[in-house]
Amino acid sequence: MAHGPTFEPKNSVLKWTEERLPIFGLIHGSLGPGYPAPRNLNYWWNFGSLAGLCLVIQIITGIILAMHYTPHIDMAFDSVERITRDVNYGWLMRYMHTNGASMFFIAVYIHIFRGMYYGSYKAPREMLWMLGLVIMLLMMATAFMGYVLPWGQMSFWGATVITNFFSAFNDLYAGSGNGDGLGDMVVSLLLGGFSVDNPTLNRFYSLHYLLPFVITGVVILHIWALHIPGSNNPLGIDMKGKQDKIPFHPYYTAKDGFGVFVFLAIFAMVIFYAPDSMGHPDNYIPADPMVTPAHIVPEWYFLPFYTILKSFTIDFIITAKFWGVIAMFASIILLFFLPWLDSSKVRSAQFRPVFRFFFWVLLVDLVVLTWIGAKSADEIIFMDIQAVTIGQVATFWYFFHFFFLLPVLSRVEKTLPLPESIASAVIKDKA
Amino acid sequence: MTTIETTNEHDEGATRRDFLNVFAVVGSAVGTAAFVWPLVDQMNPAADTLALASIEVDLSAVEEGQSVKVKWRGKPVFVRHRTAAEIATAKADDGASDLKDPESDADRVTAGKEQWLVMVGVCTHLGCVPLGQQGEYGGWFCPCHGSHYDTSGRIRKGPAPKNLEVPSYSFLSDTRVLIG
Repeated sequence: MAHGPTFEPKNSVLKWTEERLPIFGLIHGSLGPGYPAPRNLNYWWNFGSLAGLCLVIQIITGIILAMHYTPHIDMAFDSVERITRDVNYGWLMRYMHTNGASMFFIAVYIHIFRGMYYGSYKAPREMLWMLGLVIMLLMMATAFMGYVLPWGQMSFWGATVITNFFSAFNDLYAGSGNGDGLGDMVVSLLLGGFSVDNPTLNRFYSLHYLLPFVITGVVILHIWALHIPGSNNPLGIDMKGKQDKIPFHPYYTAKDGFGVFVFLAIFAMVIFYAPDSMGHPDNYIPADPMVTPAHIVPEWYFLPFYTILKSFTIDFIITAKFWGVIAMFASIILLFFLPWLDSSKVRSAQFRPVFRFFFWVLLVDLVVLTWIGAKSADEIIFMDIQAVTIGQVATFWYFFHFFFLLPVLSRVEKTLPLPESIASAVIKDKA
Repeated sequence: MTTIETTNEHDEGATRRDFLNVFAVVGSAVGTAAFVWPLVDQMNPAADTLALASIEVDLSAVEEGQSVKVKWRGKPVFVRHRTAAEIATAKADDGASDLKDPESDADRVTAGKEQWLVMVGVCTHLGCVPLGQQGEYGGWFCPCHGSHYDTSGRIRKGPAPKNLEVPSYSFLSDTRVLIG
């Protein structure tokens, strides 16, 4: 465990408490002067604490919204409108919560890409990386179920499309073809009926309230796992001595605090000036099981995975639909194996020029996947090329990057010489 | 304690203890598994949901060339009183080469009641509700991603993989049908 100076309270009350429950020492060692951090952390390291802030905002606003929300198909939509129009500051709570989800994903996605660029997933931080992915998966489930609660058209049809993924299991056991296949059984187990209905809304509400606390538990494990090896840094080399370290408090509490203000300023602009910019207008139409919206799209943070799902159009042994579902889950699960897919001993992309180039290519690829996800499959993008074709190329590249490029590259790439220590590199930079 | 352990090593008591250990572990495992089932099964459709699993539709008011859309298991069901021309086209197309999911018209209706076409009104592509008497084949057209269905509800053109699903149904009389 990365140790700094131990906590020695002077105050007699603190001392009395500390002897019985060493909680102040825990805080001191995790976020205080007792946590020695590398001296060269840049602003990309702010996004962990920002994600934590988002979790707190979501839990507080969410508990408040739950005091005014009614989880019933006949009343849910109206209760959300009532929160927006009639409840004191209800509009603020609601827009903080809806946009807070987007801000949470922005923070977490940047946090993940920072880890990928600087090799934070590599030994000895594999467990830290995997716990982070567990948090991301839990966030996705929570966000999906939360989006269903306002019971608008996109809530309803999004839930219909996403729960129907599981009907792909009919490929394994189709039954009589009259609703008794394995997939049908899984879907009706999830929905509590034959379609998205009141039982579905109720269970999603229950789980949407539960999961953030599960996330909090995994966040604690994530921070615990962080404090064993300590933070990675932009150079990706280990801290060697005192000259490489500074105490977390006051240095990084101040730096994180500055980031919080910038982040909250952007968040406030979204809430006050464009609160519906990241939502879909169709969700202001109450859910109607008899009419589908012309174009069903998930929230922006699911779009890359939605494109991967839609990119499989040819039946091969199993149906195209099943391939799509498998690929979509695989695109996330493969990240758990990233520490082993990339076997290079050098962590930071600063010293891996070829890796760095392909990192940015991957980022562009994900932008393309996001952009295509919002299009309908047969939309013509340019010339005669349909959206689905571009999505297929981008999907191919995504898997090619992780399953071929990265394993090969990490074995053959000639890396640049690493600096002797963090301190020497930092001092050379300044000189 | 030491005395007891020493004694056990020397007599048959050890096998009795093994038996008790195994019995306790297996018993707890079976008991836990039995208790987990209610926790899972409560997620399945409840009795009142299942009670609505079938519906009766009165067809007496549906004239030739008209359709009704009824809600069954939370989804729309189309009941179409087809015209003679529609039935003729559907039968003539039984051998058409563009049938992605080949099925004869006779297999999709009840013999002797060819005028009634009963289908789940959910596009087999991504679950949208198709519009009636539209599209290139005069049947149904899905506005979401452009799937065309013919007058028998069979997929002819577009991204949908399957024909519109025919639910299990039976005629209670000439004008009453039980769906589900």
